[in-house]
Amino acid sequence: MPDVEATAVPFRILPKLTDWNRDFWTAGARGELRFWRCQDCGFYIHPPQPICPTCLSKNMKTEAVSGDATLATFSVNHQPWMPGPELPYIVAIIEIVEQPSLRLTTNLVNCAPDDARVEMPVRVTFELHPDPDGDIYIPLFEPRA
Amino acid sequence: MDENDIIERRTCISGVGQSDIGRRLFRDPLDLTLDGCIAAIEHAGLTTADIDGVSTYPGPMGTPAGFSGAGAYDVMDALRLKCGWYGSGLETSGQLGSVINACLAVASGLANHVLCFRSVYEGSAQGAKGRAAVMPGGGGDVASAFKASGFMEWNLPFAAPSAAIWIGMFAQRHFHQYGTTREQLAWIALNARRNAEVNPTAIYRDPMSFDDYMAARMISSPFCLYDCDVPCDGATAVIVSRRDMAKDLRNPPLRVEAVGSRIDGRPSWDQFDDLSTMANRGAGKQVWERTEYKPADVQMAQLYDGFSWLTMSWLEALGLCGIGESGPFIEGGTRIARDGQLPLNTHGGQLSAGRLHGYGFLHEGATQMWGEAGDRQIAKPPEVGMIAAGGGNTCGCLLLVRE
Repeated sequence: MPDVEATAVPFRILPKLTDWNRDFWTAGARGELRFWRCQDCGFYIHPPQPICPTCLSKNMKTEAVSGDATLATFSVNHQPWMPGPELPYIVAIIEIVEQPSLRLTTNLVNCAPDDARVEMPVRVTFELHPDPDGDIYIPLFEPRA
Repeated sequence: MDENDIIERRTCISGVGQSDIGRRLFRDPLDLTLDGCIAAIEHAGLTTADIDGVSTYPGPMGTPAGFSGAGAYDVMDALRLKCGWYGSGLETSGQLGSVINACLAVASGLANHVLCFRSVYEGSAQGAKGRAAVMPGGGGDVASAFKASGFMEWNLPFAAPSAAIWIGMFAQRHFHQYGTTREQLAWIALNARRNAEVNPTAIYRDPMSFDDYMAARMISSPFCLYDCDVPCDGATAVIVSRRDMAKDLRNPPLRVEAVGSRIDGRPSWDQFDDLSTMANRGAGKQVWERTEYKPADVQMAQLYDGFSWLTMSWLEALGLCGIGESGPFIEGGTRIARDGQLPLNTHGGQLSAGRLHGYGFLHEGATQMWGEAGDRQIAKPPEVGMIAAGGGNTCGCLLLVRE
């Protein structure tokens, strides 16, 4: 079961919630990482789009995935582009195990920069950001044993 | 493919021009743009009355600050141009997509001489706050109510607002797959600086050593400071002309032998199917499908270096070296020197000559092919040159042949 980190939350620019992205950014409240999925052919779609690119069906809903993923690549960022994050921090692209083409940019956390490795197994963890427009649970990833 | 299908070949580059270039000029952006445009028109041996088309990248844009010094309408109106065709836009095959569009307009008979330009004032726009000042939410004045949406929704919440990070991740993947190293990457920056030393308009001209490079502070791994181009102010313009109307102009026509505009993956920075390459994979294939020339015929390459690794990516995408082999190809810097087998980024690239954003490479390529490059001139002015610009989801290239 993924943990929810609620202490020492750094400043982040939060996403503007819409009907299309709400599940992605808020389902962490239930410990879930959810993506849109075509109900006809089973293809996961990210970022959200109103049609399945594989079969052109519009019969879609969001579904939870396991939260397990693989680190496709990363960059250890040392530059203070914006106020907030403690330096250095790791930006990563991860691939969800259920479908390798299901990817997102995220942060690799609970991992020393020197320990990050392309293709290492990772799992989701959520960072809570209370917000008047709806609490945001940012999906971050950490090394998976 | 039938020769008649390759309509860009009906066109040529007939002139190039640049405004003053500087780290921070604090000039009116349109004023600076017009300097570059008039320089190109005069260099081609034309007058404003001859120009009947305008093309630019990206067109009018308020943000990021300094990214666009003028739109097509601004220049058309200031010079009172009467146009058979004009256009601008960000969604095209990189900065050179605007030149490719001009070629197609000329080839199809909508215009005879199209003024193409790219104008930036990113240096002045930074003011005293450095590069952070022009990042989304940067400069320390973030309104807490600001929420990310659109394309930025998927990277701003992860503190990834910069292409340094996005492209750093591609480079890291390349390092992983092919064993590429920082010691190899260094030669893009070192070669650029070596060339900038003899380019009077370059921003950074002091010699840089391998040790200087390796000791530089890291920005976003594997990129250090010297892997990142330098924001500047300046406008570059080129004239795309009908080839049959350019023969009697000032310069020998640089025939647009073939262009590459293809994108064969998702038009995205982080969703491209193979993270060790980019949209340039498609553009690099397409250009060779449209010509009898081969990569071995290229005598000079001017390949985008907004971040150093992009040049390596272009070398591979264009078949100028093998896939995954750009590290060994550039290592030591001999092959890519001005007197090497493939002179590369002979003005200093954007890393040392300034981030003129794509058009600087076309300006330099044409200048070398016309033998007008002064102290940095390749000994035998190249007859066949490859020009490529862009990264991520926005990539385009031109193969030029001097007539």
